Amino acid sequence: MEFLVASAIGILTASGLYLVLRLRTFPVIMGTSLLTYAVNVFLFASGRLTVGAPPILTDAARYTDPLPQALVLTAIVISFGMTAVVVMIALGAYLGGNDDHVDDPSTEAEERT
Amino acid sequence: MSLFLIVALPFLGALLPGLMNSAGRQACAGVTFMVTLVALVGLLTHLPAVLAGELVTARVDWIPQLGLNLTLMLDSLGFFFACLILGIGLLIIAYARSYLSRDDHMGEFFTYLLLFQGAMVGIVLSDNVLILLIFWELTSLSSFLLIGYWKHLPEGRQGARMALTVTGMGGLAMIGGMLLLGQIVGSYDLSVILENRELIQASPLYLPALILILLGCFTKSAQFPFHFWLPHAMAAPTPVSAYLHSATMVKAGIFLMARMWPVLSGTPEWFVIVTTAGLITMVLGAVIALFKHDLKALLAFSTVSHLGLITMLLGTGTAFGAMAAVFHILNHATFKAALFMSAGIVDHAVHTRDIRRLGGLRHLMPVTFVIATLAALSMAGIPLLNGFLSKEMMLEETLHTTLFDMPWLVPGLATFGALFSAAYSFRLIGHTFLGKERDDYPDHPHDPQPGLWLPPALLIIPVVVIGLAPFLAEPFVKLVTTSVLGGAAEMPSAHFKIWHGLGPALYMSIIAVVGGLILFALFTPLLRVWEATPRPEAKSIFDRIIAAFVGLSQAISLRLHNGAFSRYAAIMAVTVVVVGYYAWATGTVGAATRALQPTNAVQIAGWLMLVAAACGLVFLHRNRLLSLILIGIVGLIVSAGFVFFSAPDLAMTQLTVEVVTIILLLLALNFLPNRTPIESSVLRRSRDVVVSVGAGLATMALSYHYLLRDTVAPSISEFHLANAYKGGGGTNVVNVILVDFRGFDTYGEIIVLGIAALLIYALTETLLSGPVRARLLNRKPDQPRAGDRHPMMMVVMTRVIMPVVLMVGFYIFLRGHNEPGGGFIAGLIVSIAVVMQYMASGFAWASARLRYPYHGIIGTGVLIAGLTGIGSWFFNKPFLTSDFTYVRIPPFYKFELATAALFDLGVFLAVVGAVMLTLESFSRLARRAHVPEADHPMDIDPSREDNTKAEA
Repeated sequence: MEFLVASAIGILTASGLYLVLRLRTFPVIMGTSLLTYAVNVFLFASGRLTVGAPPILTDAARYTDPLPQALVLTAIVISFGMTAVVVMIALGAYLGGNDDHVDDPSTEAEERT
Repeated sequence: MSLFLIVALPFLGALLPGLMNSAGRQACAGVTFMVTLVALVGLLTHLPAVLAGELVTARVDWIPQLGLNLTLMLDSLGFFFACLILGIGLLIIAYARSYLSRDDHMGEFFTYLLLFQGAMVGIVLSDNVLILLIFWELTSLSSFLLIGYWKHLPEGRQGARMALTVTGMGGLAMIGGMLLLGQIVGSYDLSVILENRELIQASPLYLPALILILLGCFTKSAQFPFHFWLPHAMAAPTPVSAYLHSATMVKAGIFLMARMWPVLSGTPEWFVIVTTAGLITMVLGAVIALFKHDLKALLAFSTVSHLGLITMLLGTGTAFGAMAAVFHILNHATFKAALFMSAGIVDHAVHTRDIRRLGGLRHLMPVTFVIATLAALSMAGIPLLNGFLSKEMMLEETLHTTLFDMPWLVPGLATFGALFSAAYSFRLIGHTFLGKERDDYPDHPHDPQPGLWLPPALLIIPVVVIGLAPFLAEPFVKLVTTSVLGGAAEMPSAHFKIWHGLGPALYMSIIAVVGGLILFALFTPLLRVWEATPRPEAKSIFDRIIAAFVGLSQAISLRLHNGAFSRYAAIMAVTVVVVGYYAWATGTVGAATRALQPTNAVQIAGWLMLVAAACGLVFLHRNRLLSLILIGIVGLIVSAGFVFFSAPDLAMTQLTVEVVTIILLLLALNFLPNRTPIESSVLRRSRDVVVSVGAGLATMALSYHYLLRDTVAPSISEFHLANAYKGGGGTNVVNVILVDFRGFDTYGEIIVLGIAALLIYALTETLLSGPVRARLLNRKPDQPRAGDRHPMMMVVMTRVIMPVVLMVGFYIFLRGHNEPGGGFIAGLIVSIAVVMQYMASGFAWASARLRYPYHGIIGTGVLIAGLTGIGSWFFNKPFLTSDFTYVRIPPFYKFELATAALFDLGVFLAVVGAVMLTLESFSRLARRAHVPEADHPMDIDPSREDNTKAEA
């Protein structure tokens, strides 16, 4: 099971990074979203994987680590805010300049080759 | 009055002139005057204590761990300087009221002036060197604003920039020096530092600390080779020049040298550096001043020269030198401020400051003539005026000073400087006021209204009184000198007298005055020689140095920062992987301590879906709508993963955030092209594949590695589990961490979220008010729109479901402390309920029913959370300490009341406001782009009148 989670993190990172390296804004935003998932799961997993022991105090003998959960919870909400700001900036740039390239125009020709 | 209040008054008062600006110029100047007067009176209440030789202190510990405490002290040296700053400040304010023209924004001017005044008072009253440094930098910043006050003048802007660059650089050096000093002594309190003379001078760090601190002082006090900024700062309005260059800004460096005198002076290093710099500055400034034609430039260089004189006196390291320095600080402040103001009067009346176009003004401007003449004669060192006394003490001191084993050097050069000083003073009087009246003045010369001449006239009183009766000033100067000496040297027994009998100092004075008269008589041929001699122009050198630095920075940054963002991302990813690999390769790897947990078919199915969606996204990302669906799948699987791995709160958050994110991206996609074209070459794509697969493998290896090992040190999570119920009163540990243990974190986070939403709102406003608006209005959708924009099914459904969803949100919120839920999740759920109404019946319909603006909701949320935190102060607890109790109101069960719930309410409101403001902003864009809103919330509504008619 650990392998499944670790490989999922890896695949999310790889596909996220590939999309971040694209030249248009929309795939880059998709890429950062994927990277966000990867990072959140990574941080969450730093509490190690525990099945069936939520951090709700009962008579149970063991609980999973609550701290990464609290950190990731706010990270999820904040990343929504971040995504929204980036989308707005991308949208503003596209509507203003009718161009949704990520790189400056001067470097485009050089980068495409 | 508390010392804190004296320092704070100008800063607090700085708000008033700006506010009072519309109340008229008189009110504006009046309020500034009153603020300064109150501060001065407050200062004077300490006079008895200061006279008794006591040390008045005020102390608040701020960050004691860093030695950073807000401590102020008032001794006679600080008192002396604070009196000069506030007293001359009063005169300057009165003068500026009459000086500034109707076009000048008076509120702005006085606000800057008060900021500057507060910073100066802060410097002289600080007892902590770190606090002193803060005020020191504040004077640099506020003087920048003052010097550049006339923003329309390029000289003003350049002069201000140059002053800021030079003094700011010196300030940086001084930070280093002060930190070294603090390191040596082990305390940043000045009063402690001043008692450790032996310790400091024996330390190997003494020399670096000395040089760094002197760099700060020399740049501030315009000592050679940093003297060039001061004349360029003359582009400021005259009141500013008079204030900055007589009593305040440039005296800050002098003050610090005097303040540090007990611990830094007396060593050969101090003597050589300070005396030499002072001597050069004094002679250089005096010589240049003689040949300046602009009245203010002449005065500027004479200020440079006099500052050199004071520096040299402090450099000698003798008690007599220190006393002469203190005396000259007082005298210079009085006559120089008066001279600057007189120059301003001439400029105001005749509209030129060029000495070559002036002359013969004595009958036309008799009052100004008397004031300027008395002040200038004092500057020249003529007996019966105060300048003579301190200048003669200076000459006396030089006789006992031997630099570089040449006993004649210092007295010789000092006499030479004094000679030029006398000459430029005579020229100032002679070429401005004496001589024939001319008929080509740019404007009709006349004496100004009392508002302009009274302040300098008041300054002339001490010039004359001290000059005639020096014994009046003696006790006070000696008292201040005691502070400067700080017990490091004996108080000199010499008395202040006009007549000391025939002695070398008197002969030197006579040589200076007679020589000055001769130079003045020979001025025309001398000027020709001067103009024929090549001289380095400080400003062009400075400009060239700056240009070289700018060029260098541009060369570096343009090379590294070429605008190809995708390249930056690739470089960063590769760097992180390489650094991570280096850490891996050089560290030791522990053995696995955790066993692999079993895997079943459901998990593998989930994993497969995630992998398929992520890979599908890579291959199909050019179809943007499809990629939204795929990323939704990823989000759902991640949520399911959270459920499985015992994180119900996370799962709920992820699920709800997923919904709003997809709505957001759909709104954005409405405007963006819905396909991504193929642009990059195969080579580039393969490079990206290599980079991303490498990064993916690295994260996978890292995650797999640590998932099989326990933490090296015990985690702090145990504490949270153990105390969540006992201390926080909740059984949902995640929620207790969010609203209690790490409540301050959460508080910061909701503020960030709110700021992000406001930023989006602001960007939307900007877009809608700019050229984009027209483009949006004329935009033709690239896809056919649905005919039924507000379908009946959806409208009815969302209306019915709305109370249910709100109820769920309420329930989730309430149970949050003990069961999965809480403010974040409830906020998201309620947002979704509201968004559904927007989707079903359109923007106009929904926002017409909106009673509170979303900005207000964000603000209320942050406010509630903040007030909850502050509430604990009233119980003498730290910020955000929570409390809870259990109550039972029959017939209900016993339930819990916790302050954390109030905090969570703040979180809830902030999240609702932020999410809704974000989505609303996006849909505002969309609204402008389409045809007008429909009249009805439902397109087809069987109950509506017109529909029945149409059918009939």
